[in-house]
Amino acid sequence: MASVWEYANPKKFIETTDRILPWVAGLAVVTLVGGLIWGFFFTPADYRQGSTVKIIYLHVPSALMAINAWLMMLVASLIWIVRRHHVSALAARAAAPVGAVMTVIALVTGAIWGQPMWGTWWAWDPRLTSFLILFLFYLGYIALWQAIENDDTAADLTSVLCLVGSVFAVLSRYAVNFWNQGLHQGASLSMDKEQNVADVFWYPLIVCMAGFVLLFVALVFLRTQTEIRARRMRALLARERLS
Amino acid sequence: MIALLSRDLALAVRAGGGFGLGLAFFLIVVVLVPFGVGPDEALHARIASGILWLGALLACLLSLDRIFALDFEDGSLDLLATAPLPTEALVSVKAAAHWLVTGLPLVAAAPVLAILLNLPAMGYGALVLSLLLGTPALSVIGTFGAALTVGIKRGGLLMSLLVLPLYVPTLIFGAEAARRGAEGLDWTTPMLMLAGITCGVIAVLPFASAAVLRVNLR
Repeated sequence: MASVWEYANPKKFIETTDRILPWVAGLAVVTLVGGLIWGFFFTPADYRQGSTVKIIYLHVPSALMAINAWLMMLVASLIWIVRRHHVSALAARAAAPVGAVMTVIALVTGAIWGQPMWGTWWAWDPRLTSFLILFLFYLGYIALWQAIENDDTAADLTSVLCLVGSVFAVLSRYAVNFWNQGLHQGASLSMDKEQNVADVFWYPLIVCMAGFVLLFVALVFLRTQTEIRARRMRALLARERLS
Repeated sequence: MIALLSRDLALAVRAGGGFGLGLAFFLIVVVLVPFGVGPDEALHARIASGILWLGALLACLLSLDRIFALDFEDGSLDLLATAPLPTEALVSVKAAAHWLVTGLPLVAAAPVLAILLNLPAMGYGALVLSLLLGTPALSVIGTFGAALTVGIKRGGLLMSLLVLPLYVPTLIFGAEAARRGAEGLDWTTPMLMLAGITCGVIAVLPFASAAVLRVNLR
């Protein structure tokens, strides 16, 4: 069986992702459009929340991806530190802005949902606060990438920052929990417990979550390819200038 | 290590080292707060512990770029890095020096400034203890931020963006302990958590700081 590390070769990575990118992107569009239309127009309004409940189809998947994007960056950073595959560092770099945007979407949709339901746009609730802190971590990570000119130095520094930041992000999560009691409900969705969300809302929500995952994968593939090609172009230009 | 520590302390205390700047900044923040929130003394008493913690944190942050920047510019950091001293020890000593020059004076000044903010009498013990336990963590985390941005020109703003989110847990537990002390509540739990964060940070973070410093000096 071929080793997974083969894909650390930029050429092989681009070839493979080129082949599967249209499928991932197409599926992302299909599931997103399908899931959102299903959720927005073909589910009943909640008996207490009315039609505001439908923002769940944006809020929950984007929050899910906001956290998992950071997790993916953490894994990619670890791979860079241990095995020094450039594709991995570039993938972490490519994922950061996507994750930051997901965090913003989760925060904004949460505020829009919170206004009619809790009567406030914002509360210093543990979940809300830790998402805001996560957003700050994304900003710092992106800013550090942009501030350093040497690519390898930047990759090294940002991956250590990602590692340290992950520890502190988890720490902040629990510190914030300790600091203030919450308005946000606990986790309603989980793999092992009994279902808390009625099936009518659950199925379109799953489709939307799959759509967001696929969208994230497609965007990261695309952005990583762009980074690789940009770097190759810089190398070619530099070689031309020398000759 | 001791030679390096005394060198850093001497450099900081002598002319141009910026010793006392952090302290002056702390004073100014505390003086400005009543102008911002109005002269209500009951309100001052309620927010005093939080303001003092925030002021100490910002004063700490302002002095961070001094940890490595001057040594980096005149090349002595390269010499230190090639010395037989491991880089981990180097960053630990740097953090210790920063704490002795910045953190400790802040802890000593906090009770005096607390009078200005009308802190309730029972709050002083918890305030001083929480700052004493918390400021070493601020110095060590700040050293990590300084090591990250040492090679960047005008990296001060970037360093704030990187370091401030890392300060969140320390600030939460420290200010919570001080606030509970001021309100006469039991402050054992946040104080223990704060001590735990400080110990953990001192034990682990110098390795990360040393790693990024080595990358920056490559």
